[in-house]
Amino acid sequence: MTTTTTPLIQAQNVSRHYQLGDSTIPAVNDISLEIQSGEFVALLGSSGSGKSTFLNLLAGLDRPTSGAIHVRGRNLAAIDPVELARYRRDTVGMVFQSFNLLPRMTLAENVELPLRLAEVDRAERGARVQSALEHVRLAARSRHRPPELSGGEQQRGAIARALVNRPTILFADEPTGNLDSVNGEQILLLLREIQSSLGMTIIMVTHERPLAEQFASRIVTLGDGKLKSDAPNTAAALQSASPAANSEVRQ
Amino acid sequence: MKTRDLTELAFRNLREAILRNSLTTLGVAVGVASLVAMLSLGVGLQTLASQKLNKSGLFDAVFVSSKQGGRFMGGDGPRPTTKKNAPNPEDSRVLDEAARQELQKLPNVVEVYPQVRFLAEVRLDGKSTNSNVVGLPDSDRSNGTFDGIKGKAFSSPTADEAILKSELAKELSPDPATLIGKEFVLRYARRHDTSSAEVANEKDIDQQMDDMLSGGVTFISQDKKLRIVGIIDTDPSASFGGGGRVFMPLSVAEALEPAQPNDLREVVRTQGSKKPGYMELTVRVKNPKNILQVEEAIKKMGFNTFSLLDATRNLRLIFTVFDLFLGLFGSLALTVASLGIINTLVMAILERRREIGVLKALGASDRDVRSLFFAEAGAMGLVGGICGVVIGWLIGEALTWGTTFYLKTQDLPGVKISSVPWWLAVGAIAFAVIVSLVAGLYPAARAAKLNPVEALRYE
Repeated sequence: MTTTTTPLIQAQNVSRHYQLGDSTIPAVNDISLEIQSGEFVALLGSSGSGKSTFLNLLAGLDRPTSGAIHVRGRNLAAIDPVELARYRRDTVGMVFQSFNLLPRMTLAENVELPLRLAEVDRAERGARVQSALEHVRLAARSRHRPPELSGGEQQRGAIARALVNRPTILFADEPTGNLDSVNGEQILLLLREIQSSLGMTIIMVTHERPLAEQFASRIVTLGDGKLKSDAPNTAAALQSASPAANSEVRQ
Repeated sequence: MKTRDLTELAFRNLREAILRNSLTTLGVAVGVASLVAMLSLGVGLQTLASQKLNKSGLFDAVFVSSKQGGRFMGGDGPRPTTKKNAPNPEDSRVLDEAARQELQKLPNVVEVYPQVRFLAEVRLDGKSTNSNVVGLPDSDRSNGTFDGIKGKAFSSPTADEAILKSELAKELSPDPATLIGKEFVLRYARRHDTSSAEVANEKDIDQQMDDMLSGGVTFISQDKKLRIVGIIDTDPSASFGGGGRVFMPLSVAEALEPAQPNDLREVVRTQGSKKPGYMELTVRVKNPKNILQVEEAIKKMGFNTFSLLDATRNLRLIFTVFDLFLGLFGSLALTVASLGIINTLVMAILERRREIGVLKALGASDRDVRSLFFAEAGAMGLVGGICGVVIGWLIGEALTWGTTFYLKTQDLPGVKISSVPWWLAVGAIAFAVIVSLVAGLYPAARAAKLNPVEALRYE
């Protein structure tokens, strides 16, 4: 994909190899990719294709064995661990398949966690948590603990937590993997709404092509750790979700 | 992460796994408690011993003698410290009444008194026995010298009363307790100074010759009635070298003008002098700390001095070693407790790997994670330390209570054998926190090093 503007993310010949005994497993093998600001990219691929590993590398949770990942001019492969943590804290929001809300904290406390890590003023935190929860329509459940919430609610809570620090890029690793289709669609609708309203870049890993085609603006396919295809989503795309999901989100 | 957030999260995490963390904290508390209990026992016993020793009069007393003479008859007992510097007898001062007044005026001096000790015959209900009689200073009534006495101490410094050593009481009666309240007769040799005028007026020429030859001093047999007020096991005259069996108020004993061992020497030395000097004076100081300063002042006056300050130093050494060993045993207990902390935190890492992964994914640095585990270890140390000090203090109190109870059954006064001074409490808490932090080092470092991707994969 060629463009005249500077890409937000620029991955150059990125590889991530795992050593297992004597053998080397190339989970990600020489992938080069550029992502522009404001895109909704779906990383599509079957199990073991390396899509999650690649997402982790882009999110700064892991470092490539070789290659470079430039985000706003900084090479994630070369910066020190403290800088990398700061990148995760300030630039990145993460949403996981299994939600990963801390079960001992209330929803509001979970959402507040990134603000604590970023040393945001106490006075400011309450309003930001409230606003993030309102954004995902969970303000009423702020005092509940994760086990008291449904799967869809937990994932929306996780999205609120990812948003609260106003990141530039939202990474979602199979965000609908643990949800039924209605809830899954709701979550993706929410993500797309966030993308358009906040101008956020979203990079989502999924193995469900229909969902990718329905919501993403660009579909990148991976297989055996390699880039198989990379194209804008032309398939009817970006049409509205099923009426059922839409109505539930509005509620 | 800010300290306040860190602390909040740490306490929150501790609260959530309440059972496991309480048990670990209890482990720390038990460790600290044993440390505090043992050290408080050490401190308490030390305080008790120095109190008792101070009361014994051995450590707040300076023994003053004239440079002309030795200490006791035959040179028994400790030698004067400045013996080797003893100057010409002619240069030295006589330890007389004027010197006594002067000593009394020195700063930090509580009391100056001579040693009055003489041999006398005790006669009671037809029995008679020879005993050493010792006069006891008035301060002995209030400093615990008579602790454990059967009966009472002297009612006043001028009362014609006596206290008997229990062995003497047993000699006098098969049931010594019945002696209390009884009167007995003390037959002793009274010193009688004869002035040169008296000698000149003596009509009997033989007596005149005797007086002159006696150096102006004669001895007369005299009786004194005393009432027994108490019987005591311990020797209240220990500070004068001990050995007394009959004790009476010092001023009463002085008034008797009994013949004392040094009288003979006085006769030889101050031929015809009407001013008998004291063999030795005891100077009581306010506080053992003042001993050196008072000793210096007395030496400047031209007298020999002796004190048992060196003995107190040795005693302190013994107690320091004693404390050290008690502390070592307490520390062993705390070491076991810190192994408990390490175990709990390592288990917590295993259990909370996913949480650590989430924190890191949300932007927590290695340092944040390390600090969090560190804070948790410190918090357990702090809470355990505080509980431990309280438990340790309670153990000490229980021991004191038990000991006092036992002593009461033995007809002895109660004692406080344990003491938790503020420095011990603060020190023990600080020690617990430090040990816990050290114990938390390894688990915290391990948690900080966790790879977030692997940690997130952990179910």
